[in-house]
Amino acid sequence: MSDEIIWQVINQGFCTYKVKTTKDQNFCRNEFNVSGLCSRQSCPLANAKYATVKNVDGRLYLYMKTVERAHTPAKLWERIKLSKNYAKALEQVDQHLLYWNKFLIHKCKQRLTRLTQVAITERRLALREDERHYVGVKHKVKRREENRERKALSAAKIEKAIEKELLDRLKSGAYGDKPLNVDEKIWKKVLGHVEDEEEQELEDELEDEDMEDEEEDDSDVGEVEFVEDDGEDELVDVEDLERWLDGSDSEDSEGTDDSDSDSDSDSEDEEKLKKQKAKEQRAKKRRARVEVEYEEEQLQNTVSSTAN
Amino acid sequence: MGTSEQGKIKNKMRRQKLFSALKHEKNKTRHKERATRAKEERANPELKEERLKNNVPATIESKRVFDETVGAEVEGEDDFSSYFDGREPKVLLTTNANARKAAYEFADILMEAIPNVTFVKRKREYTVKDISGYCANRDFTDLVIINEDKKDVNGITFVHLPEGPTFYFSITSLVPGKKIAGHGKATDHIPELILNNFTTRLGQTISRMFQSLYPQKPEFEGRNVVTLHNQRDFIFFRRHRYIFRNEEKVGLQELGPQFTMKLRRVQKGVKEEIEWEHRPDMDKDKRKFYL
Repeated sequence: MSDEIIWQVINQGFCTYKVKTTKDQNFCRNEFNVSGLCSRQSCPLANAKYATVKNVDGRLYLYMKTVERAHTPAKLWERIKLSKNYAKALEQVDQHLLYWNKFLIHKCKQRLTRLTQVAITERRLALREDERHYVGVKHKVKRREENRERKALSAAKIEKAIEKELLDRLKSGAYGDKPLNVDEKIWKKVLGHVEDEEEQELEDELEDEDMEDEEEDDSDVGEVEFVEDDGEDELVDVEDLERWLDGSDSEDSEGTDDSDSDSDSDSEDEEKLKKQKAKEQRAKKRRARVEVEYEEEQLQNTVSSTAN
Repeated sequence: MGTSEQGKIKNKMRRQKLFSALKHEKNKTRHKERATRAKEERANPELKEERLKNNVPATIESKRVFDETVGAEVEGEDDFSSYFDGREPKVLLTTNANARKAAYEFADILMEAIPNVTFVKRKREYTVKDISGYCANRDFTDLVIINEDKKDVNGITFVHLPEGPTFYFSITSLVPGKKIAGHGKATDHIPELILNNFTTRLGQTISRMFQSLYPQKPEFEGRNVVTLHNQRDFIFFRRHRYIFRNEEKVGLQELGPQFTMKLRRVQKGVKEEIEWEHRPDMDKDKRKFYL
C-alpha cells in the first residue's frame, strides 16, 4: 500500500495510536515512533523507510525498516545493537543511516541522547535507597477512611475518657501522698472519701453484725422464756449427773453431754454457739475499730501539722 | 405509616396532608411516652437503671471480631525494655529529604509536645539508616521522621534506636494548637501520658513505643496530659491542661496540637523486613481491628 494512502487514512480518518489534543499537534503512541508526534515525517506506519532507537531490556538498539522488506512483516525491522559508549553509538547511527534523510538521522540521534540520559537517571535512582514507600490510595478507600475516622472520633468521647482516667489516677493514689496537681482542699476531700469508704465498709459490717445480733436477741427474747426453763434445768441436771457419776472423767461426761443435747435440744446449743461466736466476732471487730480510730487521729494530726 | 387507605387517595396534596397528620400524631404519642417515662424514672431511679441495663445498644466496639491477643500480657522482652529499665528518652526529630514548609511547621509543633527533643534539618545525602546509626552513637533513643508530600504532612516514622523496630503512621486531620478555639498556652513541663484502648499484642507494642518517647517521671505541677486514644485503629493525639475542680469533676483545656494517626507499617530493625502492613482489604470488615 502506498505510504500516501496510509497517511491520508491516519491523518483524516482513524489511527489507533493517535492521541488527539486540544492543541494543533497530535501525539503518537506507537512504540516505533521516533519523535512521539503524529506527523507525516515521523509516522512509523506511513513511512516505508524508517529508523528509530529503542530500549530493549536496558540495551539500546537502532531499528530500521526499508521498502525491500515491506512484504515480510516478520522480518520488517532490522535492528543493530548500539554500543554502551555514547560517542561510539552516535558513530554507529551515522554509519548505518548513511544516505538516509537528514530528518531521521537527526531524530534518531536525539532519541539516542534522551534514552542514554534516562538510563543514567534510572541507574542513579536504583542505587539510591528510596526513603519513601509509595502506596497507591484509591479515592474510595480514602473517603471510607475519612468517614471511619470521623465516626471513630465521635465514638471515642476522648475528653470523657481523659477525665475518667485522670480521676482514676487521683483516687488510686497514683500522684503520691502530697500531689502537686491537686488543690489541697480537694485532695483532703478525696482522702476523706477514701477513708470514709473504708470506714463505711467497716461500719456496715459492724452494723450487719449488730443487726444479726439484735435479730438473734429478738428471736431469743421470744424463745427465751420458752427455752430457759427446759434448757437450764437440763443443764443443771446434766451437771448434777456429772457430779454425781464422776467428776474426774471429763471426756466421758462431755460425750454424754453431747449425746444428751443432740437427742434433746439441737436448737438451743446451736444458738448458744452462735451467740458465743458473735460475741467473739464483736470483740474482734471492736478491737479493729479501735485501731482505725488510732489511725484517724494520727492522720488528723499529720494534716493539722501540714496545715500549720 | 403508609396504609392501604392512604395509597388509595389519588390527590397528591390530600395524600401528603394525611401522611403529615399521621406522622405528627405518631411523633406526639412518642413524645408523650417519653415524657411519662422520664417522670416515672425521676420518681423511681431504679426503673431507669433497669431500662439502661436491658437496653444496651450494639456498637461496633461491642461487636468486634474476636482477637485472641486482646488483653493478653506481653510475654518476654521486647525492644523497649531498655526504657523500662530507667533509660531517659532522647529524641531526634527530622523530616524527609527536600521537605517543605509544612514539615517544618509540624516539627515546631512536635518539639513542644515531646520533651527532650532535638531537631536536625535533613540532608539529602544521609539515608535513614545512616542517621539512625549516628543517633545511636550519640545516645538517642528514638528517631522521628516527619513525612511531607504535596505541601502537606501525611506521615510520621518512629524508629526506636539502636535496633528498631520502625513504625510508620499516616497523619490526618492535623490541627495546630493555635487553630483550636479556647486553646491554652503550653508550658514546657514533662506531661503525663494517657494511652487508651491499646489492647492487642500489636497495640501493646505501639503503646510501649509511645510510652518510651516520654520521660517516666512527669512533672505533675504542670498538670499537662498527653493522650493517645485508640478507637477503631485510629490513634487520636490530644494534649490538655487539667484541673481537678472537685473530687468528681475535671476541667480540661486543650493545648494542641490535634492529629490522627493510623498505623500503616511495622518493620523490624531500621526499615528492614516488613512485619505488619496495613492493606486496604483489611478495612473490608469494619468490625475487625488490629490495635
